[in-house]
Amino acid sequence: MMTMTTPAWFAELQEAAQAEYESLPMPTRKIESWRFGNIKQLDFEGFTPEDQTNITLSIPDLPEGVICMPFEEALEKHSDLLQQYFMRNTPRLGSEKFAALHKANVKGGLFLYVPDDVVVETPIEVNHSLSGSNKISFPHTLIITGKNAEVSVLDRFGSANNEDAGLCIAVNDLIAGEGSRLTYCALQEVNLTSRFIQINETTVERGATAKAFTLNTGAQWARNESLSKLNGEGGHSDMLSCSIPSGTQQFDQRTFQHHAAPHTNSDLLYKNSLHENAKTVFSGLILVDEDAHYTDAYQTCRNLMMNDTAEANSMPGLEINADQVKCSHGSTSATISDEEIFYLRARGIPPHKARRLIALGFSAQAVDKIGNEVLESAAFEAIERKFATL
Amino acid sequence: MSLVIKDLHANIDETPILKGVNLEIPKGEVHAIMGPNGSGKSTLSKIIAGHDDYDVKSGTVTMGGVNLLEMDVDERSRAGVFLAFQYPAEVPGVSNANFIRAALQARMPDGEELDAVAYYKNLYSKMDVLEMDRKFTSRAVNEGFSGGEKKRNEILQMMMLEPKCCILDETDSGLDIDALKIVAKGVNAMRSEERGFLVITHYQRLLDYIQPDHVHVMSDGQIVKSGGKELALELEESGYDFLKEGELVNS
Repeated sequence: MMTMTTPAWFAELQEAAQAEYESLPMPTRKIESWRFGNIKQLDFEGFTPEDQTNITLSIPDLPEGVICMPFEEALEKHSDLLQQYFMRNTPRLGSEKFAALHKANVKGGLFLYVPDDVVVETPIEVNHSLSGSNKISFPHTLIITGKNAEVSVLDRFGSANNEDAGLCIAVNDLIAGEGSRLTYCALQEVNLTSRFIQINETTVERGATAKAFTLNTGAQWARNESLSKLNGEGGHSDMLSCSIPSGTQQFDQRTFQHHAAPHTNSDLLYKNSLHENAKTVFSGLILVDEDAHYTDAYQTCRNLMMNDTAEANSMPGLEINADQVKCSHGSTSATISDEEIFYLRARGIPPHKARRLIALGFSAQAVDKIGNEVLESAAFEAIERKFATL
Repeated sequence: MSLVIKDLHANIDETPILKGVNLEIPKGEVHAIMGPNGSGKSTLSKIIAGHDDYDVKSGTVTMGGVNLLEMDVDERSRAGVFLAFQYPAEVPGVSNANFIRAALQARMPDGEELDAVAYYKNLYSKMDVLEMDRKFTSRAVNEGFSGGEKKRNEILQMMMLEPKCCILDETDSGLDIDALKIVAKGVNAMRSEERGFLVITHYQRLLDYIQPDHVHVMSDGQIVKSGGKELALELEESGYDFLKEGELVNS
């Protein structure tokens, strides 16, 4: 058994985080970042941190110099790197209080560092399993790519069983160094009695490409906050999401595309297919700083309403402080057109299968943009698992 | 299987469109319907396929003795009716290969799975006949397809589904002569003693490549003239003016 020595800086950080958590007020629906949100889901009364994490890492043969290990081990062995990168640019999109709680209680997760010019071909896979009733888990994913490095990570979140009500407050730091390619894919399939908060921070340096994809099919309630900060010229960020809520599931998504340097590019595509009495909230902001000329930023949220009892709320936003920028934002909510259904039926496909095929195709469009075969097929499989229950 | 239409009357929004259509397409034959715009040709094809925009007031449509009008759209297709659409719908996100596969799967008994290897082999061989690039398998159904590509895709589906009664609604519109020849090649490859065709067109040109056994003229919701393939040539020459002159000869 490994003995852990927590570095002093980290102990101090956690202590301060705990104080911050206690001092920050609970969100209310009156604040913009929780508009249309479900505040009741933030009642964690009776929940305690889990005793032990249930996380497995599948690490392929790695090139020399790559550091890939559980978070705690990294805290001990690579304290300096962690100090430099751990939660340095956490988004402030409404869940600051819970980010502080995460910081104070972080346990388990992945630490990955890929040095300059190193390419990791096979994706690294992390499996999180929420277990125990009324337990909170606080997993962390910290990925740093050096100059021109390349890596992809598949983060799976599930539950040990269908009954235990769990709560997961996960935070990611994705730091894409100059010219690197970082691809991250999170598949959230926890059971329907659990709740899920994921806070994602992506930093994109000069010439780097970061792709972050999140799938939500599980949880009774999930809140995703995602920030992409473009720090250097030629940086590109893809923010992708696919959500398939059904029953009474509620997914709440807040995004922020921050262009802090000129000639940067971000592309956000969120696809929600809503079934039965499901509800989604999407709120996105593109911010182009004063000097960030020649920015291209796109933000698209598409909602496919499979039943008229579903509800989608979208609040796209733009704030442009530079010249010569190309930005667009848009949100649509639509049902499947009669024409599409008729066409499929005219080929012999029964109506319920026709609707499913179209909804599946709709969801798959965000997956197609991941650009990594292994991650794409993992995401497709998760989508199919969800549709098999509908 | 023979397709028999008897005294078919149909409305759209209370406006009568079909006013007593009588037509029989015995199996193994190719029948063409020509006629001016608004005569009800496309309506007839959609009613046979089962589109619910139209209200059938009276009459029957049977295939092999079975009443199609009592069947759902997808049931009719599985029973062997195929409509090649004039304007095929685009289905974003659904790949062509998955779409055709789902259509074939819908024809299999419960619990049986389509053999994927055999399916792709079959699909590729049909695409070769239609000179379609393999990339069309992974592209979303009709999305971003040119007019000609959409029509070829309709014929591809027809070849894959092997229907008993094929209806082609203005498949020639928007096609250049080379595409027309390719589409005709696909249709001709499917002609058989067991299969009937109803080809709706404005132009005699298509019928140079798909030789009909019979040609019918439709006007104001009725078949007003029928004849052999030479009738198409006559129409090409003298147009539909005879309709105005009241020379309605129902042969």
